[in-house]
Amino acid sequence: MDRHLKVPMEEQELLSLRAGDYVYLTGTLYTARDAAHKRMYEALRAGEKLPMPLEGNFIYYMGPSPAREGRPIGSAGPTTASRMDKYAPELLDLGLKGMVGKGRRSEEVRQAIIRNGCVYFAAVGGAGALLSKSITSSRVIAYEDLGTEAIRELTVEEFPVIVVIDSKGNNLYDIALEQYSKEE
Amino acid sequence: MPEMKTIQTSAVAEAVAAMCIEANHFLTDDMKAALSRAGESEIAPLGKQVLGQLQQNLEIAGEDHIPICQDTGMAVIFVEIGQEVHIEGGFLEDAIQEGVRRGYTEGYLRKSVVRDPLDRVNTGDNTPAVIHYQIVPGDEMKITIAPKGFGSENMSRIFMLKPADGAEGVKNAILTAVRDAGPNACPPMVVGVGIGGTFEKAALLAKKALTRPVDRRSADPYYSAMEQELLERINRSGIGPGGLGGSTTALAVNIETYPTHIAGLPVAVNICCHVNRHAVRVL
Repeated sequence: MDRHLKVPMEEQELLSLRAGDYVYLTGTLYTARDAAHKRMYEALRAGEKLPMPLEGNFIYYMGPSPAREGRPIGSAGPTTASRMDKYAPELLDLGLKGMVGKGRRSEEVRQAIIRNGCVYFAAVGGAGALLSKSITSSRVIAYEDLGTEAIRELTVEEFPVIVVIDSKGNNLYDIALEQYSKEE
Repeated sequence: MPEMKTIQTSAVAEAVAAMCIEANHFLTDDMKAALSRAGESEIAPLGKQVLGQLQQNLEIAGEDHIPICQDTGMAVIFVEIGQEVHIEGGFLEDAIQEGVRRGYTEGYLRKSVVRDPLDRVNTGDNTPAVIHYQIVPGDEMKITIAPKGFGSENMSRIFMLKPADGAEGVKNAILTAVRDAGPNACPPMVVGVGIGGTFEKAALLAKKALTRPVDRRSADPYYSAMEQELLERINRSGIGPGGLGGSTTALAVNIETYPTHIAGLPVAVNICCHVNRHAVRVL
């Protein structure tokens, strides 16, 4: 089912999402990938505040290519989410509502998604030029020294994603294999 | 004694810079054709939609000059140097790294290389590239640039099989690597396979296999048939475009082989996403 939703998202809408739904997101996403997650993890260990509000927000696992003059961002597709599996459950327990990435998640992440009523979306991997067209602004808000891995606040408009793991823990990757595998 | 041909390192740097930019914005014709064919044959509605987006993505990348994928890769460069070539103007490797530096900086490509695998400080210009040199007959220098994204690189594997594992063992190893890669490797993938040689030779063959056009089968009928069989079996896995289910999981399986030791059967599987990029120039 096609849905057009605002991010941050109304709880009721988030809980109604099902694995396989095609969703167009409009609103704010925060980018963070490997190095930013490591720093956030260390900040939490040191009892420091995180550089962005987690409560109700969504993280996009993405490190863009540089923007050309006059453009908000360069190529901007998802990176492999499983590298953030070590950090994600803690962030979800602290109020993060959703993640946009690509690829499988660990069972720990799936459990944290169920426990906290969250969602994991995939954007199409390797479609960074196309996805960049749904990003209208980008601003580095923390860890600027990390370059492409800095934390950015993005404004997105009709940004296309697919629900992979819904708040009940249904997983589209598993469903897809059951449906389409023709292996003996 | 045959005539030597002189190649200036400045020409090498210039070619490398241009190729880095070209490879990150335009796929080769064989890849474009394979993706377009997949769009027609895909059975899953969501899979078809993903393949449509990939086509659209290629058009936008070319027209608006935005890299096809934000992971513009670590630059892998194959340099075949004719033994009648004389290089002038400095150290060849410096020129190649300079070309990469310029291409990634001037071309608005992402800088994805860290100076040390553990301290992980970004070098800021995507150098160094990984360079493989080969001396060949003739008086030309052939440069192939294959920027390699790590979503798929991370899902690559090497298996040191036993001779008794035979063809079945080889096929199972390849299918295992592809299944484990699944949605993480941005399918539809291209599967580069190196069979034989030693530990590092198999890996190098697998990497090189990815630069062979996806519509060209192995010259050896036995391995050509194996490529075809594996492609069909991989596409029955159901993984599909983006891992969201369907009949297009791989666009090609390219196998390269080399003689090996009586005790061994190395198999390397280098997986590449649908952005299987490369540019080739002969100087």
